Amino acid sequence: MSTDEFIKGLWRENPVFVQVLGMCPVLAVTNSAINGLAMGLATTFVMLMSNTLVSTLRNFIPKQVRIATYILIIATFVTIVDYVIAAISLDLHKALGAFIALIVVNCLILGRAEAFASKHTVANAILDALGMGVGFTIALLCLGGVREILGSGSFFNVALFPEGFEPWIVMILPGGGFFTLAGWLLLINFFKAKREAALEQAEATR
Amino acid sequence: MSQSSVFHMYRALVGVGMMCGLLIALVYEGTLPIIERNRAEALEKAVFAVIPGAARRETIELDGGEVHAGFDAEGKLAGIAIEASSMGYADVVTLLYGYSPADETIIGIQVLASKETPGLGDKIEKDAAFLENFVALDASLNDDGSALRNRIVTVKSGTKTEPWQIDGITGATITSNAVGEALANSAERWLPAVKEWADEY
Repeated sequence: MSTDEFIKGLWRENPVFVQVLGMCPVLAVTNSAINGLAMGLATTFVMLMSNTLVSTLRNFIPKQVRIATYILIIATFVTIVDYVIAAISLDLHKALGAFIALIVVNCLILGRAEAFASKHTVANAILDALGMGVGFTIALLCLGGVREILGSGSFFNVALFPEGFEPWIVMILPGGGFFTLAGWLLLINFFKAKREAALEQAEATR
Repeated sequence: MSQSSVFHMYRALVGVGMMCGLLIALVYEGTLPIIERNRAEALEKAVFAVIPGAARRETIELDGGEVHAGFDAEGKLAGIAIEASSMGYADVVTLLYGYSPADETIIGIQVLASKETPGLGDKIEKDAAFLENFVALDASLNDDGSALRNRIVTVKSGTKTEPWQIDGITGATITSNAVGEALANSAERWLPAVKEWADEY
């Protein structure tokens, strides 16, 4: 057990910005910061529970039926999240709409169950799920925040600009999702390339 | 494949399936009352929003469906809230509107569900000039009470001349037309029965 299992999901193996997984909810529900946050938390919860269970049962599940079993486990927790969100707020449930049910097919969750939880101890699987979940949530918040600020002129429903601001409607439409994601990927890869170049130079001069 | 590995596969699938079923049933039972309360509250809020002055709501069964009657603080009938829907630009737009049997007018609308384009079609929820149409929109019935005297219709922005016309929104023609269409169809379908019920009441 090491904290690295947690930290890797935040940056080095960030599910959205580095692995580019789960694009469907990433692009679709991030038209406001609150939607991004809610989707991130829901996904984190499902990932945490399914990783825990898959890791606990890893010696009990024969490998021929593992995918079917994982899907069953993931679908169960998605259903639970669906009920819980409807109980917390119907408005939020309406905003996330079909994408709650679609958490089932988020490749990120099945990917972590298959690639990590089924081969590691429960403690490590929990850390991995938390790290990936927090990384996913941060990424969704980054997208939702930028899109809400530019597209609605507000952040978490708090108006930021004076009356005269004309919001860029396109940012909360589907196209804005692609623009914003592209912008973030560009920024992150720019800094990554710069750091790698600096490391190489240090290596060469040594 | 050996006998025992088949058994292990069954054991895993059936075992996990039963556990998941139990979990879902528990959470469903636990959250159902809360979800139902949320739904009732949301409906209540919408009904009170479309019937100004309503303080109490009651569901009425009419032939083939339900409408909601709103009563004011003194217990007098303030209006009836009825659902309406029609195809908009992106998906079906569902509305709740308030009808005053005394004045035979539509006195308020509230959008229950819409996926219309943000900034254009969704103006039907916020645009003050558009909502002004539904303070007193004529929905009077003809003399034998079987249909609307004048069918509700959406017209181009700024060309409203008759009390049964809705001033549309520039740039959201399809959505404003959908609102008019939804109200006209629903009024044709429900108002004769609602009016009869209200007169008896």
